[in-house]
Amino acid sequence: MLAEALFLQLGYNATLVTLGAALLGIAAGVAGTFLFLRKRALVSDAISHATLPGVGLAFVVMVALGGDGRWLPGLLMGAAVSAAIGLLCVQWLTTRTRLGEDAAIGAILSVFFGLGIVILTVIQTMRVGQQAGLEGFLLGSTAGMLRNDAILLAVSAAAVLALVLILRRPLELAAFDPGYAEATGWSLGRIDLAMMGIVLVVTVVGLKVVGLILIVALLIVPAVTARFWTDRAGHVVIIAGAVGGVSGYVGAATSAIAPALPTGPIVVLVGFSIFLMSLLFSPGRGVLASVLLHRRYQRRVHMRQGLLALAQGQPIFEALTRRLMCRDGLILPDGVATAEGQAAAAKALLDETRWSLVRADNSFAVAATRYDGLTPIEDVLTPDQLRDVDSRIAAPKAVT
Amino acid sequence: MSIQLVTDAAQAEAEATRVASPLAVRGLTVSYGQTPAIFSVDMTLRAGAMTAIVGPNGAGKSTLLKAALQVITPLAGTVTVFGQPLERMRDRIAYVPQRASVDWDFPTRVIDVVLMGMYRQLGLLGRVRAKHRAQAMRALERVGMTDFATRQIGQLSGGQQQRVFLARALAQDADIYVLDEPFAGVDAATEKAIIAVLKDLRDTGRTVLAVHHDLATVPDYFDDVVLLNTQVIAAGPVAEAFTEDNLQAAYGGRLTTARVDPESAVG
Repeated sequence: MLAEALFLQLGYNATLVTLGAALLGIAAGVAGTFLFLRKRALVSDAISHATLPGVGLAFVVMVALGGDGRWLPGLLMGAAVSAAIGLLCVQWLTTRTRLGEDAAIGAILSVFFGLGIVILTVIQTMRVGQQAGLEGFLLGSTAGMLRNDAILLAVSAAAVLALVLILRRPLELAAFDPGYAEATGWSLGRIDLAMMGIVLVVTVVGLKVVGLILIVALLIVPAVTARFWTDRAGHVVIIAGAVGGVSGYVGAATSAIAPALPTGPIVVLVGFSIFLMSLLFSPGRGVLASVLLHRRYQRRVHMRQGLLALAQGQPIFEALTRRLMCRDGLILPDGVATAEGQAAAAKALLDETRWSLVRADNSFAVAATRYDGLTPIEDVLTPDQLRDVDSRIAAPKAVT
Repeated sequence: MSIQLVTDAAQAEAEATRVASPLAVRGLTVSYGQTPAIFSVDMTLRAGAMTAIVGPNGAGKSTLLKAALQVITPLAGTVTVFGQPLERMRDRIAYVPQRASVDWDFPTRVIDVVLMGMYRQLGLLGRVRAKHRAQAMRALERVGMTDFATRQIGQLSGGQQQRVFLARALAQDADIYVLDEPFAGVDAATEKAIIAVLKDLRDTGRTVLAVHHDLATVPDYFDDVVLLNTQVIAAGPVAEAFTEDNLQAAYGGRLTTARVDPESAVG
């Protein structure tokens, strides 16, 4: 079943919805990257929670007008209006009062969400019989989505992607260096407004797919994941889009075969799995890589200290040092240096002597910044400089 | 009557100086809350000169820069660039913010930061072409950072970061260079390199304005000085304005603890 869903063989509607969810994931990943880089990730949480009263009120209004209370575009419009009000409240609290953005987000998020829950509860007691499905906005449910809903999803996602592409430079500049952006004539206020508008569209359109509680994850997890793999903003955007797309796609496909399962949590879990892999295994910033790097460095330090001890005729106490040096054939198991070990020790000592001269002499200030206790000095100084240093060493020149 | 004529003439002259000035602020006041950070500041830069803004901690030096560039909104005051409103003249100004004002773990490379200096010129969709890259590389060359072009900015030392910021401003090829504490926390070699670039800019007719906090180097580095302590205490050529009395007035009792070399102060 799952294979069929993943290869889009569950019928026209399910296919459309799955593709729509994938596009939404891409849009969310891309838009979320700039939010993450601007360090305003949690504003999206306030926006998403602020949609709930709008959804409830839109339902009430549509029913009161004699229409279908579950008409998705109507519900989403309601969500957009109340999310915009919530966003303005956060902005106003942050700029006009002494409240920090975190406090403003907390206040607005909880108040709007509480209000929304009250409205939904009231709706449950109404005798209109269409309420079923509204709770799908909390955790997402693609089960009941129709062709038109999927098209709305796809078109909005495509529009968001185009907008981000056009605004990528000001968005990047505002995220990296807002003061410079402003000074060079980009209006920071307008850039931020555009970014929040983009996030608002993603959130509102994503309500039905991921649900308002978890949409923040679809905005942030892809960007955070992508950051593990690259040091360039443009690449973070692309990778985040891919991660978001895969999450949305798999989430919606899974939901198509298990309609009882809410879509949002699946989407988030897929994204989280990719995040976890990245956290552990990314070559540059991953946990595993840094552990290995640390261990390798530690071993080099031990080796160096051992060699210096040998050169000075001191015993080596640390077991790790002895093991490492024994393995490389520098000492015998009883701690006595081999011929190879003696040569290496003399070399290390010479290196150390040269370094101490270089570090004491101000004319080598630039070279001295490269000192880490391990780098051979030949890597830092030119042969001429090296001769200069050696000429100042009183002791006879040792092995090189 | 004749006195009136004289003041009119003086006013007209002051106005003419302001119109000709690369950057002139008048009556600039900024406050965070109820106490002003800077109050009614007048400052008229001399074209082709290097001007230092000097004053004690909390004097509003950085605030004056940011307000002059309208990075922060002033309560009152006007800013003109060659007599025109700032908004129309943004392209003529290059700004080097404080190094500590950005997150250096941001995913970007040295060359990308320098290219940001050309975003204005590139517009929203203009392609980054070979000539733009060449311009960015030339800017890096002037600050001695070509070898670092593809490094991630997080790998740079403080001095290298400052050079990259300067290179970004150079890539803008502006008429006025405004720097916020360019020498804060940088190594001696970088300080020398930066001052050489700035003097070179001045010698090619550009105007330089920098917040500076090392009183000892003011006479060596700068032509003009603005002594600030919320208000302007003194302003003008270093030989006239950078005097013991004026410094005393700007720093008050704090002068003894400030890093001042009495030999270097004029008078």
